[in-house]
Amino acid sequence: MEPILRVNDLHVSFRARGGEVQAVRGVNFEVKKGEAIAIVGESGSGKSVTAQSIMRLLPSPPSFVKQGTIEFMGRNLLELSEQEMESVRGKDIGMIFQDPMTSLNPTMTIGHQITEGLIKHQGMDRKAARERALELLRLVGIPNPDTRFGQYPHNFSGGMRQRAMIAIALSCNPALLIADEPTTALDVTIQAQILRLMKDLQERFGTSIILITHDLGVVADMCDRVIVMYGGQVVETGSKWDIFRHPQHPYTRGLLRSMPRLDQPKGEPLIPIHGTPPDLLVPPQGCAFCARCEEAMEVCVDHDPELAPVGGEGQTAKCWLHHPFAKEVQA
Amino acid sequence: MSVSTVTKTENGFRPTGASGGPLLEVDRLSKFFPVGGGQTLKAVNDLSLTVAKGETLGVVGESGCGKSTAGRTIMRLYEPTAGETRFEGRNIYKLKGAELKKLRREMAMIFQDPYASLNPRFNITDIIAEPLDIHGIAGSSKERKRKVEELLELVGLRPEHANRYPHEFSGGQRQRIGIARALAVRPKFIVCDEPISALDVSIQAQVVNLLQELQKSLGLTYLFIAHDLSMVKHISDRVAVMYLGKMVELAESSELYANPKHPYTQALLSAIPIPDPQIEAQKERIVLSGDLPSPINPPSGCPFRTRCPHATEKCAAEAPEFREVKDGHWAACHYA
Repeated sequence: MEPILRVNDLHVSFRARGGEVQAVRGVNFEVKKGEAIAIVGESGSGKSVTAQSIMRLLPSPPSFVKQGTIEFMGRNLLELSEQEMESVRGKDIGMIFQDPMTSLNPTMTIGHQITEGLIKHQGMDRKAARERALELLRLVGIPNPDTRFGQYPHNFSGGMRQRAMIAIALSCNPALLIADEPTTALDVTIQAQILRLMKDLQERFGTSIILITHDLGVVADMCDRVIVMYGGQVVETGSKWDIFRHPQHPYTRGLLRSMPRLDQPKGEPLIPIHGTPPDLLVPPQGCAFCARCEEAMEVCVDHDPELAPVGGEGQTAKCWLHHPFAKEVQA
Repeated sequence: MSVSTVTKTENGFRPTGASGGPLLEVDRLSKFFPVGGGQTLKAVNDLSLTVAKGETLGVVGESGCGKSTAGRTIMRLYEPTAGETRFEGRNIYKLKGAELKKLRREMAMIFQDPYASLNPRFNITDIIAEPLDIHGIAGSSKERKRKVEELLELVGLRPEHANRYPHEFSGGQRQRIGIARALAVRPKFIVCDEPISALDVSIQAQVVNLLQELQKSLGLTYLFIAHDLSMVKHISDRVAVMYLGKMVELAESSELYANPKHPYTQALLSAIPIPDPQIEAQKERIVLSGDLPSPINPPSGCPFRTRCPHATEKCAAEAPEFREVKDGHWAACHYA
């Protein structure tokens, strides 16, 4: 199937006092129609910067795109004017943020915030927009939509606010929904509600989803394909089955090993990944994970490996261990 | 009410201290906050539990369930509205002056946010040595320096870190500094309030392993407050589940996870996504409807009844008693 989004060799940096923070360093991936992909990684891995670059939400300065293209339905989003971009945001791509309290406008009613996009992008009149907004509130499971329509964000609980944000993001039937840690600020029982809602909506409307998260459990529940980021780069991609069952990059393996699991007997100490992520002000010359990797070889220090096909179908990993020569060395 | 005074662990039975009594007994503890308009927020409502010496008791629950307030009241950072907390047999709310100050050396706390809990204008030596200075046990400046270096080494940091400032450290390292500071006065009991929630996944395991090593080598007792149930299961001997200021279930940790009795615990456990697509595909998830009710005006009877899939009229009329439903397994549900 034709991808609706293709990110090619994206480099995004920030100008900081000490120099240039290279937050995203050569990211490639694509999203097919109706597909849910997850981008997982720790803080500073570049996952949110990637998402915000797609929406062109990063303030510039200090941020700037050094290189790369973001093709969305045939157009390079990086070349659009701010005005053209405004019609992409909200209409073609919807976004859900981590903290619904800071991303909703506290001075506008929820109803106003949902109808704003409908009036602007769909050319609806106020009455039609209100009808559609009430329908959306019902769709995302907010009881008493008539009352809720006229209320402000502070009248909503955390879970309800996140539902309202999903209603806003979906109001214009976007082809792509970017959800940046949508449930991180919520409790687990509320998280389960929101994830189920997003999954239902994806199945019903065929919306593509990019889910950005650090929680591998959420990924296993929600997504088809997984992209693992580390130090501003994609280090592994694959179907969720391959990523969880046959992870090929030492970082992915380490991440899965370091988490206690509810379904496993306890007693064994956890196996942590030692050290800390690299400083992207001075990114390592070789593999970004090299300094923390137990399987690092000499080549890893100075030479950055390519993202190359490994193991399962469509699975790729950025690691020298998968280079044909590495096997000879090990053997 | 007494909850089992002997705890079963992987290593067999663990006695509860030399005197046979538990290290900490919380007896019908309540903490209410006035919120104006004559209303009160019942953050902790009639909580009872015991913690044996050398044990880790996990406390889980969602935001607003009162777990942090419970931890702080047990530390006497808050004065209770009712009830007692006995530490080695003494009611801590009755202590005054020198006795209270002595108690302060026996209990310590590790906080959630390693960015907010360290004074940015103090260097690491002063942060770690502050409790020593307050209690007048720092000794000469040479001794003070040596003690700080020992503590840094204990938590896996290097002595040369002593002269740096908090902003020079990562989240995981800051949490280690917070732990060193908590250990400075050689406490017996530590309340860990979400000590790893602000850390990245790959760093969480480092800190949890450190806490467990320290417990073993120093014989510490932990009250481990968290919302990450997988981590709580991993670290705790027993786990208490709280909902709207009340304890709804308490059991040995593998028993609680294998055999939850309270419908809230069942829903909570089923809501946790497990990083395994096979299990996720097969899992029947209990999705609770609705939000957490306000602790200002909690529902009558059982606090969970408004979201409980099994609630009956009895649940609205009568508050269920917290009772032992099985050996060492307690639950507050009419139908458990």
